[in-house]
Amino acid sequence: MSAFSAIGDEREVDRDEFTPGIEPQATWCPGCGDFGVLKALKQAMPEVGRNPDEVALFTGIGCSGKLNSYFNSYGFHTIHGRSLPVARAAKLANPDVEVIAAGGDGDGYGIGGNHFMHTARENHDMTYIVFNNEIFGLTKGQTSPTSPKGHKSKTQPSGSAKSPIRPLSLALTSGATYVARTAAVNPNQAKEIIAEAIEHDGFAHVDFLTQCPTWNKDAKHYVPYTDIQQSDDHDFDTSNREEAQQMMFETENKLYEGEVLTGRYYVDDESPSYQEEKQATGEMPEEPLAERYFDEDYEWERTADSLLEHHK
Amino acid sequence: MTDNELIWRIAGGSGDGIDSTSQNFAKALMRSGLDVFTHRHYPSRIRGGHTFVEVRAGDEDVRSRGDGYNFLLALGDSFARNPQDEAYYGDEEVKPLSENLHDLREGGVVVYDEGLLDEDAIAELNLEARAEENDWHVYPMNLREMAREHGREVMRNTAGVAVTAALLDTDPAFFEALMRENMSGDILEDNLAVLEDAYERAEELEHTHDLTMPEAEDHDDEQVLLSGSNAIAYGALDEGCRFIAGYPMTPWTDVFTIMSQHLPKFGGISEQVEDEIAAAALALGASHAGVKSMSGSSGGGFALMSEPLGLAEMTETPVVLVEAMRAGPSTGMPTKPEQADLEHVLYTSQGDSARVVFAPANIRECYDQTRAAFRIAYEYQIPSIVIYDQKLQGELRNVDESFFDREPNADPGSVLTEEEIADAAHHASGKFQRFQHEPEDGSNVSPRSVPGQKDGRYLATGNEHNPSGHISEDPDNRIAQMNRRLDKLDDIRADLDEHTSHQTYHGPEDADYGILVWGSHQDTVFEAVDRLNDDGHSVKALGVSDMAPYPVEEVSAWLESVDEALVVEMNASAQFRGLTQKEIGRFGPKLSSLLKYNGNPFEPAEIVEGFETSINGEDLAASNMKYLPAAGD
Repeated sequence: MSAFSAIGDEREVDRDEFTPGIEPQATWCPGCGDFGVLKALKQAMPEVGRNPDEVALFTGIGCSGKLNSYFNSYGFHTIHGRSLPVARAAKLANPDVEVIAAGGDGDGYGIGGNHFMHTARENHDMTYIVFNNEIFGLTKGQTSPTSPKGHKSKTQPSGSAKSPIRPLSLALTSGATYVARTAAVNPNQAKEIIAEAIEHDGFAHVDFLTQCPTWNKDAKHYVPYTDIQQSDDHDFDTSNREEAQQMMFETENKLYEGEVLTGRYYVDDESPSYQEEKQATGEMPEEPLAERYFDEDYEWERTADSLLEHHK
Repeated sequence: MTDNELIWRIAGGSGDGIDSTSQNFAKALMRSGLDVFTHRHYPSRIRGGHTFVEVRAGDEDVRSRGDGYNFLLALGDSFARNPQDEAYYGDEEVKPLSENLHDLREGGVVVYDEGLLDEDAIAELNLEARAEENDWHVYPMNLREMAREHGREVMRNTAGVAVTAALLDTDPAFFEALMRENMSGDILEDNLAVLEDAYERAEELEHTHDLTMPEAEDHDDEQVLLSGSNAIAYGALDEGCRFIAGYPMTPWTDVFTIMSQHLPKFGGISEQVEDEIAAAALALGASHAGVKSMSGSSGGGFALMSEPLGLAEMTETPVVLVEAMRAGPSTGMPTKPEQADLEHVLYTSQGDSARVVFAPANIRECYDQTRAAFRIAYEYQIPSIVIYDQKLQGELRNVDESFFDREPNADPGSVLTEEEIADAAHHASGKFQRFQHEPEDGSNVSPRSVPGQKDGRYLATGNEHNPSGHISEDPDNRIAQMNRRLDKLDDIRADLDEHTSHQTYHGPEDADYGILVWGSHQDTVFEAVDRLNDDGHSVKALGVSDMAPYPVEEVSAWLESVDEALVVEMNASAQFRGLTQKEIGRFGPKLSSLLKYNGNPFEPAEIVEGFETSINGEDLAASNMKYLPAAGD
């Protein structure tokens, strides 16, 4: 019998269960796009049929990291940029847990960029939501990796000389098997994309445009937006890597020209997840490791029985 | 130094098979009934460069490298750089001979490969005159030719071992047996032919030396030959560790490799990841999700682990980290030992640190203290660090096999089952009270749940937090949580004091003087202490392993009992002496230091010299060590 009875519990789930009674009200600024992520995530939960005790949410640091305070599940509010390595190990330890990671653009594309690249490359079966508001919010408005070239801030007084990072392209190149962009101003699409990302068996990256009404006043509230799947102007195949790459490139450019494109860019349902790859080479047990520590009948191996022979 | 010992040094270049040859040599001697101990010296280079391994063998308790050595097998460096006038490295080809002569003992034996070492270069060494002066017995042998004749050039190591056996008048059967176990087909046949031929040729030579293989009776118990790294890995496995994440770095790579090779067979998981921040973060993630986990690195990589380490302290996530020290600062000397990361490991990461640090001194302690590190980490929800060094990592020593005949303990510690969670404290909103101010039974440990358990959800955060884990900056909550986390250290100290002490005592209890040591030099100090007492000194030693929480009472009582104590450690700033003074707050005028930081571990005679210097108040003659007088002296 599983030591984790919350997992696979088939009961009906209500989105309100994901509002923590201990901290029901978020402290984000009025009009903040982060509310959109929280809402979409809560709405997605009944759709994917997961209850609060079988979900583990790992967040980084910043306004986005506080998502964990306002979402009722197992939570780990980690350190700046490091949500992904903590999250993916939890998934390896117990693949039955629904693992979701989230953080901001500075967290995921800046300080945590290396982990983003490698976690995508390994194709862990998990979801990664990046709150992209093109700014460092909680530290009061510094230029971020997704701020446009020429962006002026207290730390870039003459305007940033750097081109912004290309998050969608980076995810694709690195090995993510589901890549999408959505926006807080598009709640229906956001909910659907988050649900799809969670259901996807591999590394799903969602670049979530979250307007910052306090520190990014000139920027956009990401309206009007275009859903590329709904638009006749953008006809491409999301399972085709080259076409996806081209669409991403265009989307990333357009954002800084004032045109907001959103939707699914790449969906690869064929590639095995990391867990499957490791199990295939015998480097990961079939049963979740976490179960073993609760199994009183398990006979733990001793080094004396097998490892000393070659030292004699 | 005992009279009846062999210290065989095999020298050559990296990539010439020095390591494996010396391991087999040591194993053969162990099987013959001798006690063995190896010491490795090698450069940070894949091919070529001055490399040697010493195998010290004797008939009783060989526990350290010795003083110098008495048998040199100089094989030549097949990847030596060509000598060029202005290059700082000189003639590398002759280094297996030239670099090793200064510490060859009087009466020592030299065998060199005249097939590889250049005649002119040897002439420049003035070998003949030096041999006469020091009573060395030199046997040039064309090992290369013998190897080529029966097989391939790499087999010259086999020829060298055969010549060693013949000159020491010992039966090559143990070497032959090992070859038969490790090789097969033509390679085995060729090697056996090399072995036989070289043995016969060396037997025919006129033997002018007195040195022979020490005589030994069979060991009472079956012996196993292993390193500190093996023992750390086996301790982790026996304590139920089934997850490791790491990034390669010398000398930490050793434990990481051993774990990675064995974990799949034990149904566990090993992850090689993008950097050491990720490595430690992964270990935390797996532990958070219910699996006993570890990570580790050497100094530079451990620096990257500072943040996850602090997160483990704040979120009370159990984890074991290994720090395998090498000479610093920065990249330092990657393949040379040092004990200069003690302060780094104790204090790195922001805020008041709450961690456990053990410094095992030898193979047995590596095994025992790694197990203790896991037990404490998981019981008390705290990071435990095992700190050792390049010396203990690579040195091989024989241990009774029965030492490892232990029961495993996979207990995940203070984790609740779902039934227990149902009865445990919850916030009115349903969140589990993972971080209670005052856990039941007066303990400072608030038991945890694991993701997937019904009604166990809580928030873990690096921010200060309330009992359900939600962020809180309330001053009263802050004090309660800080005190509880830090008070665990007192509980751990009391717990450790109830178990067999990790501190090791040596020498006469009523001795006037003391030598205080930590980590891998303990057994070298113990050998020196025996010698000092034989020479009429009154001295005892204490080897300390608990770096944090520090064993204040134990060390205080011991220091109380001596007039003065010399603190021996391998760093330049006397870090352990500083820690001792900080923790105990007295005895400053009693403590002087003997320090070494040139990349080579202490020899017992150096500790004898340092001790005599300190009690006589003289200046240290040796330039490879530093004497630091007591505060106020």
